[in-house]
Amino acid sequence: MKLIIAIIKPFKLEEVRDALAAVGVRGMTVSEVRGFGRQKGQTEIYRGAEYTTAFVPKVRIEAVVSDGLAPTAVEAIRETANSGAIGDGKIFVIDVDQAVRIRTGELNDDAI
Amino acid sequence: MLLTPRRFRTFAAAALLTLPGAALAAAPTVNKGDTAWMMTSTILVLLMILPGLALFYGGLARSKNMLSVMTQIGAVTALTMLIWVGWGYTEAFGDGGNAYIAGFGKAFLQGITPASTAATFTAGVAIPEYVFVCFQMTFAAITVALVLGSVVERMKFSAVLVFAAIWLTIVYFPIAHMVWAANGLFFTQGALDFAGGTVVHINSGVSALVACVILGKRIGYPREPMPPHSLTMTGIGTGLLWVGWFGFNAGSALEANGSAALAMINSFVATASAGLVWMLAEKLTRRKASALGFCSGIIAGLVAVTPAAGNSGPLGAIVLGAVASLVCYFAVTMLKPKLGYDDALDTFGIHGVGGTVGALGTGIVYSAALGGPSPDGWSMGHQLYVQLLTVGTTIAWSAFGTAIAIYVAKLLTGLRVSPDVEREGLDLGEHGERAYNH
Repeated sequence: MKLIIAIIKPFKLEEVRDALAAVGVRGMTVSEVRGFGRQKGQTEIYRGAEYTTAFVPKVRIEAVVSDGLAPTAVEAIRETANSGAIGDGKIFVIDVDQAVRIRTGELNDDAI
Repeated sequence: MLLTPRRFRTFAAAALLTLPGAALAAAPTVNKGDTAWMMTSTILVLLMILPGLALFYGGLARSKNMLSVMTQIGAVTALTMLIWVGWGYTEAFGDGGNAYIAGFGKAFLQGITPASTAATFTAGVAIPEYVFVCFQMTFAAITVALVLGSVVERMKFSAVLVFAAIWLTIVYFPIAHMVWAANGLFFTQGALDFAGGTVVHINSGVSALVACVILGKRIGYPREPMPPHSLTMTGIGTGLLWVGWFGFNAGSALEANGSAALAMINSFVATASAGLVWMLAEKLTRRKASALGFCSGIIAGLVAVTPAAGNSGPLGAIVLGAVASLVCYFAVTMLKPKLGYDDALDTFGIHGVGGTVGALGTGIVYSAALGGPSPDGWSMGHQLYVQLLTVGTTIAWSAFGTAIAIYVAKLLTGLRVSPDVEREGLDLGEHGERAYNH
């Protein structure tokens, strides 16, 4: 099993969700996060007071998928979250030792 | 018992001063239309404070201080109402007295009955005195609430209340008397101030500046970002202030008549021009026209048109709003950072500066040559001299009185919350609540 963590632009969330569902990903967790990469921050001005915010809002998607599905899922995210501009985000893939479905106690691939 | 009307329009005032004999001879008539309009105006001014100013200021503060801003504004408004009944009304508008304060014969509204009347600007036309008492009460309340804009996010709640009580007594009531009572200093000098540009805006702005300088900066200012927590609320507050301001400006005619109508059109167009000009200035100097810029321009325009409301033609008002907006824009974005004082919500930058531009500008746009209502033989040079004198006296009086009021509050309650409370926010530290529980 692999844990896919994708940091994407917030407005791409629905598109990515649909693409992942289409390739067979059955669940995910989404959170609103802030951070910076090459995009750096933004400048805000209130009555002349300039603030450079070092962190820009992003959405973080976490999905655990079977080893076989992982490359397809990563590709689906890469295709849909891509706007061609800096700040489109990153995808990380991590090995997962175990997964348990709380209700039934099913394990690993059966649990996701 | 007859209350002499407020506000000094030179010639109207001169005419009125010759009238008392005639006016007393025929008992003044109370018109139901005027009365209904003045009651409406009074509650419109209350709407400017609660929730107008509370939301406008609250949105500009950080979320950890939202409730403290709203609570301070609500509490000083309520306190003003009680003090007004006690000694405020009589100190400003009681019978007799001198050029600086009135007599204390109407303390606790003694002697006023539903049959008592207050004169308007038309000989023989009056409104019930209780309506006049209420109308003026809301002016006192909003002025002291405005001052708080510079000291929010760090001043103790108890200190705010003590300061408000003393400040009203030694600063607001005397200046209101000087401006609006027939024997008041500015009134007799013939200054033009339709709805209180000096007593409300220059006064609150200068007091706010003095108060914030004595109080000191917020911890972290100006290094840490302190962006407004909700410009949505500031925008709602701006709308309520604009709507309520019609009660403030057009209500200051004291009658539902053509003078009120002139004040009304001017309060529309001066404001509209100021809102757009602020955004234009932003666009030219900083590339983006902003929501807060729009709101700031709206307030600057309303402030500037306050003394000119019934004293200008609509075209003069449009120019006045635009000029005031530009001057306030530079005061807020350049003067404040340069001088380094922490006028947190820019009460001085908008009310003090905009009020001054409005007071002086009124001496210009009053001219019939510019579409204003000046009578024949009026001299702009002399008028500007009188306006300048009034502005100068107001600035000196409010600066000195504010210093006294702040130091007395410091002595009695201490001025600032502890650094821990300031960092955690006054909502929790002073009131034991949070504005937002998600």
